Amino acid sequence: MIPVGWFIGLSILLFVLGVIAFFIKRDLITMFMAIEVMLNAANLAFIALAKAAGSLAGQVIVFFVITVAAAEAAVGLAIILLVFRQKKSIKAEDMRLMKG
Amino acid sequence: MFWLIPLFPGASAFVLAVFGKWLSKKTVSWQACLSVFASFLVSLVSFFGLLKISPESLPVIKTLFRWIESGSFKADLSLQLDPLSSVMTLVVTGVGFLIHVYSVGYMAHDKGYKRYFTYLNLFTFAMLILVMGANLVLMFVGWEGVGLCSYLLIGFWFEKHSAANAGKKAFIVNRIGDAAFILGIFFIFLIVGSGDFRAITGAIQGGAVTQGLATLIALLLFIGATGKSAQIPLYIWLPDAMEGPTPVSALIHAATMVTAGVYMVARMNLLFTLSGTAAQVVGVVGALTAIFAATMALTQNDIKRVLAYSTISQIGYMFIGCGVGAYAAGMFHLFTHAFFKSLLFLAAGSVMHALSGELDMRKMGGLRKYLPLTYPTFLIGAIAIAGVPFLSGFFSKDAILNQAFAQGQYFIWAFGLLGAVLTAFYMFRLVFLTFFGQERIEPHAKEHLHESPRVMTVPLVMLAFFSIVAGYVGLPIVLGEKANLFNRFLEPVIPPGHEGAHLSLSAEWLLILASIAVALCGIYAAYVFYLKSPRTPHRIVARFPVLYRLLYNKYYVDEIYNAAFVKPLVRGSQAVYDNFDLRVIDGTIDGTAAATGFAGRVLSLFQSGLVKDYALIVLLGVAVFLGYLLF
Repeated sequence: MIPVGWFIGLSILLFVLGVIAFFIKRDLITMFMAIEVMLNAANLAFIALAKAAGSLAGQVIVFFVITVAAAEAAVGLAIILLVFRQKKSIKAEDMRLMKG
Repeated sequence: MFWLIPLFPGASAFVLAVFGKWLSKKTVSWQACLSVFASFLVSLVSFFGLLKISPESLPVIKTLFRWIESGSFKADLSLQLDPLSSVMTLVVTGVGFLIHVYSVGYMAHDKGYKRYFTYLNLFTFAMLILVMGANLVLMFVGWEGVGLCSYLLIGFWFEKHSAANAGKKAFIVNRIGDAAFILGIFFIFLIVGSGDFRAITGAIQGGAVTQGLATLIALLLFIGATGKSAQIPLYIWLPDAMEGPTPVSALIHAATMVTAGVYMVARMNLLFTLSGTAAQVVGVVGALTAIFAATMALTQNDIKRVLAYSTISQIGYMFIGCGVGAYAAGMFHLFTHAFFKSLLFLAAGSVMHALSGELDMRKMGGLRKYLPLTYPTFLIGAIAIAGVPFLSGFFSKDAILNQAFAQGQYFIWAFGLLGAVLTAFYMFRLVFLTFFGQERIEPHAKEHLHESPRVMTVPLVMLAFFSIVAGYVGLPIVLGEKANLFNRFLEPVIPPGHEGAHLSLSAEWLLILASIAVALCGIYAAYVFYLKSPRTPHRIVARFPVLYRLLYNKYYVDEIYNAAFVKPLVRGSQAVYDNFDLRVIDGTIDGTAAATGFAGRVLSLFQSGLVKDYALIVLLGVAVFLGYLLF
């Protein structure tokens, strides 16, 4: 039986990797994948803690997160596709329409 | 049912103002004239009703509803009818009706036809409220209402710069008087606790008002009257008011509105008599104005301006009457003056109409054969105002001067007599220059020279008739104690005691002869000057150039007022505008705007538009939040 601390450690590691990837990568698709990694890190923590606590609530939440992540992926990819058509680029720093 | 009197013109003005756009010109004319005529009929019926009522039950009061109730301040919307109001309603609606009819012809080709009749009806309504209001508050509403209509009608041709300015001048000068007037009303409320005329009369008779207070209040009210009735020092607006259409000058600036001050003084006669000093002031101001304005009328070349100065002078006579305690005589002169002065104005309007709007007497002359109806009616008006016996002006002016003499006010009497010479002189100067002598008409005006249409000449004839007969209701005392029906009618409001000492009959006769003599002298002088040897005026002008210039420029009063009051005010306002408005007020607002803009520019630096920057801020926020929670 692997102690729950390992799972949490792995979860933190994945999350930090996701954050770092989000900040150092420049194209939108990779940044998107970094977000997915962060979401799954959170999922891992949920499941590990649910197992340790013997509760189903954490596992149920994970299903919700997966569902939301799927929807987000669909919408996000569609947006990226449209941005690419407009700008011929998927670099994040080219999108500055909201500059004040 | 007398409370219906103001209703007709008021309702008509409302209909014209709201629905006038959809009414035809003909409907507008009929409606405007008939509404005033209906008022006149009701006034007549009320007048005859009043004759039957015993004096104890006067005044008849109709309270429509409680109008203002604020703490101890109460005012009803109530109208009253007593002999004084009755005389005024008859004058306002009677003369007003004739002028409405005349206007149908005079304004026929004006593009502001409907607007004109709306204002004219509104004026009639306001004037009736003024004379019928049963308390000072309602009277003040009418007082301001006629002022407003006067402003609107003087500036009727507002696209003309001088007309717009004249309207403003009239309004502003009246405001000065009205400020004092409203102060007087406040004092009355303070002392009597009510603005009701019956309550005021009761308080004065009950001794609740001391003499000093009476003087203060009466003088404040009289300052209001000098504004409205164009007396020294606030008369300057009336000559300029001639910029308005001529029927307006006849109705508002000769017959009715400008005499409101006299009506007010007569209405408050107990107060003025109680004070004594105030009455003396009224008499002196009246006498000074009577002669001052008459001298200015001597040199004017504008036919309407001569009449305007003449109006100022004649109202001066009315105030002489009030000042020497002969309120009934003052009211009598108001009554007769309404007929002959509106006649003169309307006839002058008819002359202007015939000459395509010419006002300058130097470009007239010899008109009597072209204007077979205007000429005799104008002449009747001139004779009446000059004080020739058997016409109305003679009786009323004589009543005033006799009373002034009887009260021992010899200076005022002498001033009045001198004014009478001047009046006769300048009126006949007007007649001779306009209708006699050689023709000096401009060629283009002569082509259209024509007598006015019947709708204009019939009112002239009617007014001429009244100018002759109106005097016979107030015959002088030499023809019997009871001869003066006018005074007897007014007795319930103006106690006969005010008429004071009576002279012996022979003295009365002498005074009457003196009046006749001065009137004839004035007329003869005008005849010599302007018909017999037309070069005389030039010689006199050459002999006294300074005096002539002084008179011609109206004593430079306008210039003096301009330098003493208007310029400093304008300069002061400009200084306040430059320093306070531009710097403090605008500075505050501009500063607020600049500060907000600066803050916005600084904060917008955070809005880089880059997703990563936002994410970084979120991350930092989470870090700070976690740090706060954990440590």
